[in-house]
Amino acid sequence: MAEQPCVDLSKTEAILGSYPHEEPSLIQVLQDVHRAYNYLPCDVLVRVAEVLEVPLAKVFSVSTFYKAFSLEPQGDTIIKVCTGTACHIRGAGQLVEELERKLGIGAGETTEDLKFTVKTVNCVGACAMAPVMIVGEKYWGGAKPARMSRYLAEGGSDEN
Amino acid sequence: MRIESKDQFAAFQAQAREREAGRKKRVLVCCGTGCLATGAREVAEAFAYEIAERGLDVEIGLGVKSTGCHGFCERGPLVVFQPEGLLYTKVQAKRVPEIVEKTILGGEIIPGLLYKNPADNERIPAYEEIPFYKNQVRVAMRNIGRIDPTDLTDAVAHDAYAGLAKALFEMTPDEVLDEVETSGQRGRGGAGFYTARKWRSCKAAPGDRRFVLCNGDEGDPGAFKDRSIMEGDPHSVLEGMIIGAYALGAHDGYIYVRDEYPLAVVNLQAAIVEARKAGLLGENILGSGFDFDIRISRGGGAFVCGESSALMRSLAGKTGEPRAKYVHSTEKGLFDLPTVLNNVETWAGIGAIIHHGGAWFASMGTARSKGTKAFSLVGKVKNTGLIELPMGTTLRHIIYDIGGGVLKDRPFKAVQTGGPSGGCIPENLLDLPVDYERLTEAGSMMGSGGMIVMDDRTCMVDVARYFLAFLTEESCGKCVPCREGLKQMLGIFDALVEGRGRQGDIERIETLAAGMQLGSLCELGKSAPNPVLSTLKYFRSEYEAHIADRACPAGICRDLTAFEIMDDCDGCHVCFKACPTNAIEGTIKELHVIHHDLCISCGACLDVCPTDSIRTFPKIELAVREVV
Ligand SMILES: Cc1cc2nc3c(=O)[nH]c(=O)nc-3n(C[C@H](O)[C@H](O)[C@H](O)COP(=O)(O)O)c2cc1C
Ligand code: FES
Repeated sequence: MAEQPCVDLSKTEAILGSYPHEEPSLIQVLQDVHRAYNYLPCDVLVRVAEVLEVPLAKVFSVSTFYKAFSLEPQGDTIIKVCTGTACHIRGAGQLVEELERKLGIGAGETTEDLKFTVKTVNCVGACAMAPVMIVGEKYWGGAKPARMSRYLAEGGSDEN
Repeated sequence: MRIESKDQFAAFQAQAREREAGRKKRVLVCCGTGCLATGAREVAEAFAYEIAERGLDVEIGLGVKSTGCHGFCERGPLVVFQPEGLLYTKVQAKRVPEIVEKTILGGEIIPGLLYKNPADNERIPAYEEIPFYKNQVRVAMRNIGRIDPTDLTDAVAHDAYAGLAKALFEMTPDEVLDEVETSGQRGRGGAGFYTARKWRSCKAAPGDRRFVLCNGDEGDPGAFKDRSIMEGDPHSVLEGMIIGAYALGAHDGYIYVRDEYPLAVVNLQAAIVEARKAGLLGENILGSGFDFDIRISRGGGAFVCGESSALMRSLAGKTGEPRAKYVHSTEKGLFDLPTVLNNVETWAGIGAIIHHGGAWFASMGTARSKGTKAFSLVGKVKNTGLIELPMGTTLRHIIYDIGGGVLKDRPFKAVQTGGPSGGCIPENLLDLPVDYERLTEAGSMMGSGGMIVMDDRTCMVDVARYFLAFLTEESCGKCVPCREGLKQMLGIFDALVEGRGRQGDIERIETLAAGMQLGSLCELGKSAPNPVLSTLKYFRSEYEAHIADRACPAGICRDLTAFEIMDDCDGCHVCFKACPTNAIEGTIKELHVIHHDLCISCGACLDVCPTDSIRTFPKIELAVREVV
């Protein structure tokens, strides 16, 4: 594994402070940590294991089981392409391909400049507007490969 | 304000209804996930600004409120004007000043914004007259789109917590159980287990601490009714859970919400805070002496966590691996204590059942499937969105009368229900009345209520492969039949769609399926072969074409399909622009051609061609052409 950059642990301490120190808090803590750092840094996992008194192996097992967690740093803007059934039959695959052509990365990968991470997700619950793509926080319904540049340009900055 | 008695609740209710009656003109902007994606928030803000700017709220008592999902997402943002019940679709923020001027002040209808019925292109002003809504009977979704989910008073004006007050002050816990039993309600999350039977078995379990859980994981792709309920009427979920807890004597509840539903978490959390403040949740609820509180837990993005034992492990901070079913979670569930887990829609129905009586609920539906059921109607259908109908409604009525038929009037091929555990139902079964038993007999399942309509441009082998790929990814890996069975089966399907299928593959698939059904630990593996077996049952010839002819009859599987432009092309150039690989050549108003060496068979051209001048044919014919 590549050397993880050292991270500021004070955010972790604040998160740990707001939950009871027991195993049932683990997933909630990891979710907050993930939000704070945009991934789960190794040092943080060690600290979480220590404080919650859960074996590090278990923390690691939970971190790799759930899709919401990434152990690698992610791009500033996360692009999620829904590949749920409704989106699949309305052409979600072509969106993933177009992203691959535009950004040079496939699903689950991050651009070298850490600008974008592309993920596929199973249904975001907006199936009526399939195919759906989420750039940052912005949802695009009825997404078309031909409009990809616009989604990428507008997506990150929109506060919607 | 904290409500501390039956009378105080009645007074609060009366006050809420009075406020409701006093507010004559209102603009309701749908702010569900779907409408937000199309700019609903900007529209709501524009109305708020415009109304404040003109001092209208004082003048005619106009208030903008954000309602939850109407389920008509594809035509969003949706705006309803009350009391007229006028509906505008696809409203843009920049048109708001004009709307305020003409419609609100001038009482004039803007025809271009009205709903257009795809069946006859007629414009329909009133929301309740639209066939999509008119044919529905809403129980679990009774208040969605009618109330502001973040306003408790508004919810109470529409009967929220009326069932709870009745249960707490007029009924014993056992009477509540009896009422639920009379309703005949069955679980809305998949298996269709009788709610009352589950509650009774939990209540009979020894121990004095028990849990009440809500399954908001809604993992089936293509289903979003639970999202809309949690976003649009969170109080209905809370009310159901409190009533259930009262019947069971439980004091702790959890709602497990999937990670992909951030707005549901926000609205539920806000509702919990408000309910606690009002004395509807927490200690001594409504002064009745009963204590119960609810916490929200966000899922981590794993489909298997919708399964009951996996969900309970996940709530305990562990990986979501299911356990064998010989131990019932009603006896040993969360933290090994007696636990009741019900789906969001199941809980949302409970308040109405207690309020109107079990007999009322049981008067709708079929002999063994009572009440109404919510579905999300999506895929290749004209009207997509959320619907709720009495059990026993036929698929044809749902797809044609409510859904308006297949998109672009293409031929209907199948409807997929029950998510990855379900199956595809063909055209000759369209008159099937939808209930638990009928769907299972047809080789599918009720599941979470996703209904995905498929047209002739859908390859059934590809659909089955899609679900296998989904489940291979989502299998937790604990038991061998599921983990390995899925992988091997997916391998065979990869070969089929790539033109490497061999004689005997169908039989190999069937053998694997039987093994998985028999040997898997949980329902994920046991039901995983359903999409495969149902497509094999009804569309076997498509499988055979993939193997024997190396052809995909639907023209979807890329390695088997080539495209060409026919002579009636009028040179509109639309396909030229849509092609991602510049494989199309042609000048405007002249016949275009596709270069097969550049074409990646994505079908983008065919999907956009306005004159239907592009056709597919088996790729192996290309080789034959080159020879001659
Ligand atoms: C793999 C798998 C996934 C499931 N996903 C869900 C789900 O997302 N939501 C749900 O309510 N039930 C789901 N279920 C069904 C639950 O195990 C359980 O039966 C249900 O939540 C009980 O509630 P009900 O009786 O009200 O339907 C799933 C089951 C399996 C086997
Ligand atoms: S399948 Fe894509 S949003 Fe539901």
